[in-house]
Amino acid sequence: MARKVSIGRKVGFTALAWTLGCLMFFPIFWMMLTGFKTEVGAIASPPQFFFTPTLESYKDVIEQSNYMRFVMNSIIIAGGSTLLALVVAIPSAWSMAFSPTKHTKDVLMWMLSTKMMPPVGVLVPLYLMLQYFGLLDTRTGLVIIMMLINLPIIIWMLFTYFKEIPSEILEASRMDGAVLWKEIVYVLLPMALPGIASTLLLNLILAWNESFWTLNLTASNAATLTQFISSFSSPQGLFFAKLSAASTMAIGPIMVLGWFSQKQLVTGLTFGAVK
Amino acid sequence: MGNIVLEKVNKCFGDVEVIPSVDLDIKDGEFVVFVGPSGCGKSTLLRLIAGLEDLTGGKIIIDGVDVSDSTPAKRELAMVFQSYALYPHMTVRKNIAFPLKMAGMDQAEIDKKVEAAAKSLNLTDYLERTPGLLSGGQRQRVAIGRAIVRSPSAFLFDEPLSNLDAALRVNMRIEITDLHKELKTTMIYVTHDQVEAMTMADRIVVLQAGDVEQFGSPLDLYNKPVNRFVAGFIGSPKMNFATGKDAEEFNAHEIGFRPEHMTVSTTEGRWKGVVSVAEHLGADTFLHVKTENAGTFVTRSDGELNINYGDTVYVSPNTDKIYRFGADGLSL
Ligand SMILES: Nc1ncnc2c1ncn2[C@@H]1O[C@H](COP(=O)(O)OP(=O)(O)OP(=O)(O)O)[C@@H](O)[C@H]1O
Ligand SMILES: [Mg+2]
Repeated sequence: MARKVSIGRKVGFTALAWTLGCLMFFPIFWMMLTGFKTEVGAIASPPQFFFTPTLESYKDVIEQSNYMRFVMNSIIIAGGSTLLALVVAIPSAWSMAFSPTKHTKDVLMWMLSTKMMPPVGVLVPLYLMLQYFGLLDTRTGLVIIMMLINLPIIIWMLFTYFKEIPSEILEASRMDGAVLWKEIVYVLLPMALPGIASTLLLNLILAWNESFWTLNLTASNAATLTQFISSFSSPQGLFFAKLSAASTMAIGPIMVLGWFSQKQLVTGLTFGAVK
Repeated sequence: MGNIVLEKVNKCFGDVEVIPSVDLDIKDGEFVVFVGPSGCGKSTLLRLIAGLEDLTGGKIIIDGVDVSDSTPAKRELAMVFQSYALYPHMTVRKNIAFPLKMAGMDQAEIDKKVEAAAKSLNLTDYLERTPGLLSGGQRQRVAIGRAIVRSPSAFLFDEPLSNLDAALRVNMRIEITDLHKELKTTMIYVTHDQVEAMTMADRIVVLQAGDVEQFGSPLDLYNKPVNRFVAGFIGSPKMNFATGKDAEEFNAHEIGFRPEHMTVSTTEGRWKGVVSVAEHLGADTFLHVKTENAGTFVTRSDGELNINYGDTVYVSPNTDKIYRFGADGLSL
């Protein structure tokens, strides 16, 4: 539908969008900038916009800690938990979307309700359970916990995408002799691919940035980048430049991933909204 | 082989009983059409045979084997859906090949069969396209192609032509009939189009509220309907009915007479009435005559009839073509 929008309004909206965008980006931008300052420059007042950049803080950060270990842990925990969650969520979402029962809606609501509870509420029991199984501060333990934490959102997202697929097409595959796993692999997954891809991406980002569980359930062996950042905040006092450098290094990989997949993310997340 | 037997088939959705109890014996190679008003359970019955719905009670036996608890894959039936249900992410070639691939056939064999099916359905030029780029008629043919490659023991069709325009429908109807003659495979076809039912079927199943009212050849249903419902359902325009004194004269609770079995006269006849609608179709003329004391009747005469809206006419049924019904609705 071609609707005429006056030049004035166009300019107004564009300006508003840019202002909001800049406001949101500014803290990140400032953090990146601060990482290239000296510790003195970082706390200078008034704040410095122009300065001679230095890699001093980055050097210190890398010398003081094993960055690659944290990155590996983050990748394994975020990636592993996401993949594992998909393996569990695809069949669950399939059954709820294509052979619902009277209680499907309740199950979905119940799953969502687990996200309404403050995580601290279950911290102690989960901590004790992990301890009992000897999984504290292990990648396996964290993969399982993170998988469970994000499962409701993944199932919900997949459920909405699957709902859009006409069930007759799946029935046709059954008539054509496909057993359940073939129906899912050859028909459902290819058709839901955009939705699955954006679920995967979004969940990777959520899991990467998750800090409550990773901070509380890891110490060193399975410590992720969130531990890496926090190790630069408290014990070192207020070393803003180093903290900024560390934070930039922590969000770097996921920012790059987000940047290259932004088109996929946007199409995936607005899937169904615009027909 | 494709002999399909239904024994006391019962289906409930929750507390709602959709199919109370159906018994049918469909012979191998037969073309059977399910007709009935909307919501009477035609699709449900077909889906039960297909295995897409679970039975609540009763048995389904295909070629002597009880398949009541078998998955659709095990029943080896093929289905053509109203929406075509093609795989949108696959080319026409892959769509048609899908059942063969599922059966684990080797690629060379698959290619040969797909090419042959495509040729017989005029789809050779479209094999590399995806379904989204095809017209309705072509999609329908792909769906049929996908059904025939595997040589199933029976075909199930659920209103396969209802998304096509009138001219294409006639063509596809003939194609499906030809296909049946060629393959001699059992076909079960759901429709609510009378013409499709009468022209294609070897035998017709008339359903009402999940019950089989009558199972017989098209002409059986037309000439010897077992009850008032079948009499009124089969035939177009519908049969006219009269009760009271007119019926008593024939020793019946109600009598019925088809529009094509009535005579129209401007001078004399059984009922006097006024023409409320006159449809001149060229070959035929349909008159809706509002009679003084027996309701409105529809008549069918040849195209030459020069009677128009508002005219006063006399209509009478051919007494040897009268259907008689008892108080319970059954034919006498
Ligand atoms: N999954 C379902 N859950 C509950 N009720 C259903 C379900 N499917 C069908 N029904 C009900 O069963 C009855 C028969 O439906 P069915 O689709 O078989 O009718 P139909 O004869 O094919 O009608 P139409 O000519 O409109 O396609 C309807 O009353 C319908 O509402
Ligand atoms: Mg139907």
